[in-house]
Amino acid sequence: MTLSTRPPAVRTSLPARMAGRLTRLTWIDLVVAAAVLVVLYVILRVGAGTAVSFNPARVTRVSTDPADLPYYAARSLLRMFAALALSVAFTLVYAYAAARSRRLERVLIPALDILQSVPVLGFLSVAVTGFIALFPGSSLGPECASVFAIFTSQAWNMTFGFYHSLVTLPRELDELSRSFGFTRWMRFWKVELPSGAIGLVWNGMMSFGGGWFFLVASEAISVSGHRYALPGIGSYAGTAIAEGDLGGVGWAVLTMAVMVVGVNFVFWRPLTAWVEKFKNEQSEATDVQRSLVLDFLRRSHWPHALGRLARPAAEVLGRAARILGTDDRPLSVDPVRRRGGDAVFALVAGGLIGWGLLDLLGYLRDRTGLGVFAEPLLLGLATLARVVVVVAVATAVWVPVGVRIGFSPRLARIAQPLVQVLAGFPANFLFPLATWFFLRTGLSINVGGMMLMALGAQWYILFNTIAGAMAVPADLREAMDDLGVTGRLRWKRLILPGIFPAYVTGGITASGGAWNASIVSEIVTFGGTTLTATGLGAYVAHATERGDYPHLIAGVAVMSLYVVGLNRLLWRPLYRLAETRYAL
Amino acid sequence: MAQRATRALPATARAADGEVLLAARNLTKSYAGADKQLPVLADIDLEVRAGEIVALLGKSGCGKSTLLRCLAGLIPPTSGTALYRGEPLTGANPGTAMVFQTFALLPWLTVQQNVELGLEARGLPAAERATAAGQAIDLIGLDGFETAYPKELSGGMRQRVGFARALVTEPDVLMMDEPFSALDVLTAENLRGELMELWESGEFPTRAVVIVTHNIEEAVLMADRVVILGARPFGSIRATFDVPLPRPRDRNAPQFGALIDAVYQVMTGREKDTAGHLPGRPATPARRTPANTPLPRAGVDGLSGLAEILIQHDNRRDLADLADELGLEVDDLLPLVDALDLLGLAMVTGNDLALTARGSAFGRADVQRSKQIFATAALEIPLVRLIVTSLQITPARTLRAGFFRDLLAHHYTSEQVTRQLETATDWGRYAELYSYDAGPEEYRLDATAAAPPPAG
Repeated sequence: MTLSTRPPAVRTSLPARMAGRLTRLTWIDLVVAAAVLVVLYVILRVGAGTAVSFNPARVTRVSTDPADLPYYAARSLLRMFAALALSVAFTLVYAYAAARSRRLERVLIPALDILQSVPVLGFLSVAVTGFIALFPGSSLGPECASVFAIFTSQAWNMTFGFYHSLVTLPRELDELSRSFGFTRWMRFWKVELPSGAIGLVWNGMMSFGGGWFFLVASEAISVSGHRYALPGIGSYAGTAIAEGDLGGVGWAVLTMAVMVVGVNFVFWRPLTAWVEKFKNEQSEATDVQRSLVLDFLRRSHWPHALGRLARPAAEVLGRAARILGTDDRPLSVDPVRRRGGDAVFALVAGGLIGWGLLDLLGYLRDRTGLGVFAEPLLLGLATLARVVVVVAVATAVWVPVGVRIGFSPRLARIAQPLVQVLAGFPANFLFPLATWFFLRTGLSINVGGMMLMALGAQWYILFNTIAGAMAVPADLREAMDDLGVTGRLRWKRLILPGIFPAYVTGGITASGGAWNASIVSEIVTFGGTTLTATGLGAYVAHATERGDYPHLIAGVAVMSLYVVGLNRLLWRPLYRLAETRYAL
Repeated sequence: MAQRATRALPATARAADGEVLLAARNLTKSYAGADKQLPVLADIDLEVRAGEIVALLGKSGCGKSTLLRCLAGLIPPTSGTALYRGEPLTGANPGTAMVFQTFALLPWLTVQQNVELGLEARGLPAAERATAAGQAIDLIGLDGFETAYPKELSGGMRQRVGFARALVTEPDVLMMDEPFSALDVLTAENLRGELMELWESGEFPTRAVVIVTHNIEEAVLMADRVVILGARPFGSIRATFDVPLPRPRDRNAPQFGALIDAVYQVMTGREKDTAGHLPGRPATPARRTPANTPLPRAGVDGLSGLAEILIQHDNRRDLADLADELGLEVDDLLPLVDALDLLGLAMVTGNDLALTARGSAFGRADVQRSKQIFATAALEIPLVRLIVTSLQITPARTLRAGFFRDLLAHHYTSEQVTRQLETATDWGRYAELYSYDAGPEEYRLDATAAAPPPAG
């Protein structure tokens, strides 16, 4: 074989250079070490507050002193990251189970589809009651409920993404793993998780952005007449609102903005840049994510040193995990036994579901009668109308703006991060300001509610339209210029078809977001005045506050029905059309 | 595995003791069709012995990669058995290692880590892994690249990583699935040469090699035995050639040329000749049906291009020379040849491809005229004819694609059905016999073709 390709200098100089680098500690290493210590200290200090004893009967006081805000913000942040960690763990386990077991897949995936459509906020009260029973007399109860609420807003999306990457694993990677006799452990850590890493991180980032909304909604909540408030930025704002303290609200909004931008800068941005290394492409990408923080970390010696420490540990773990077996599929399966197993599984799963459903219907019939569904079904129409108007108006306003931004690289560079932050900023934070505005101008909440829903939902449409417009190839636009296709014809022939797939993605997210937001935007309070709109969201919120479970279940079930219906009848066909006809 | 991977790579010549390492007995592989199993491999009997290189040669869709994967224990045969050292396989074959067409390197691991994968799977300690991987990397000419990531490497270097990764586990049989077809011609030639040198030198740490390829020359250059698989009606072994030529083989040697020609003839031999021997599938030209006359995957542009090239060579050209001249491989050329033959535009006689009178007219005509000629020819194709006549007897003159899909589903897998209809759509559109609307998936009769077709 030819050995001429070997550059001889590399072999001798490499170890020497490494040794030199390891002995020389730079100021970068010191800064990184200090930063890690500070983070650990803050987690310990802040975390200590989560398990204090707590009397649910007593109304918790949350101060509105701006000096307390940093502590509150840290508590909120801790909740967000706890929920993220939980979501990642759930994602790995659930998606792996669904992808690996043919039988479980049949149950887990449809269940995920439904869970994704359930308005999370409607179940908050159930979660609060449950967790308080679990940790009586400790603030861990509401704390867990809040983390759980954020978790439920993040997990489904991430799980779907990871499941999809597991089942669409490139065939040759699957064959590689089996042909070389990988252990199951190796297959997961070396093949499956890296393949899904990019999707997992990006989904995590998007879900995290959506999580702020639920953080704000879940820190201060009234259930069955009790008011629970956890120290945090959401409850700080809630108290400021209740006291009509506009200055306090202003401080909270500012802190929130700093947090959203800050987390993006020191956490998500470096993570998305780092995860690029898992891209399964065979050439060097031209357009890579960059992060100042990651560059800084990479310049320090810590990653290298940690890698050295971790490698033996990974080796030991890998050896221990050999017990989990080899990645191999038996070539022949007894069809009779397989069918028998399927039948037993179907019987057990079907039996459990049927039994649960009967029990639920019995419960509803005993408490309220099955007519309980009629009212939410009617009210749902009002909320549906609001959702449709919100999506339609947001489309009419933001699609032209998004196209303009997307076609101009200079504008896009400025606008895209900005819109990303706006989409991540919890809109319910601004509700009090809007309510104050409604009270001053006498605008009806039936109309104003739509503005509140739009406050959060519209950005998804803008954000995706920008991305879609940026993806329209420049040569297509040049060809249209060349042919003199302008004005309406240009929109009809190039722009609308070009952005359609991205727009549909944005539309789905926006419509889902609007439904969820309806629960908090159809009833709003400011300084002791409560405005209530007619709609399903207000119905669910009312039932929550009264602790009226039959009505709550009916309301949430009907809302899920509307969401699923809208997805199936409108968005999914559009999505399919986008994939088959308008994929660029 | 009998051999220990920790041992230094053997320097002794491999034992050509003729022990049967891999075997297929009566092996059949089918995929589910609409109402019955559709075979892609039928009654394969094959043995791979220690000391030999076996090439599985065939056009795309003949099941050669499927056969390789059955022998590697990656997919189960529908009936019959795949054996390793006389034992039927129940899972992934412990005595084989695979080299992939697409390399299948993990982009997030360095070259060294990629090469170590197979050893890590066996639970070898890190130090032993590093030594063994270092030797394999040396052997395959990759030193200096240990810390590189795959995306930093050229295609040839990447496939070297693929080879090193497989060889380091010292498998009994190295399985290669079109290992050079993703590389450019020069790189492939170079790598192939180095690999054969290594095999001849006796330093090759495996006892046998199975290579899947669609490149005739590659098969004859490398293999001790070339096994030709036929694509239709389903994959079966059509012929086996022993290649007794000494290595390194000289392309210009007369025996080499003669072997290439012989293999070419078997591969271009009309399918209907073979199909005629099969029970239940009478395929005389008079009774051609969509079931026994599948459309080759050939576009109209390719057909008229080939016809024009033949005209430049006075309507006749040796097939091997033609492929060589065009820089094409069998996979690219044979569907076109099959299609020209099917359409009655050309004929294969001996080693030559010759245009018929109609083919000659087709190649010379202007666009409108050539469309007319093509329409006449296409109407003799059962599937095209079926679509036209079905449309003519339908009052609305339109039919859903699903109708034809269902008709074909009895004879083809759904993937094949899609391909058949794609080709039929392409031909019919060009011939202006019918149009196809991809939105509602509907065929519509063209006004010009409303008259009944001439009897064919």
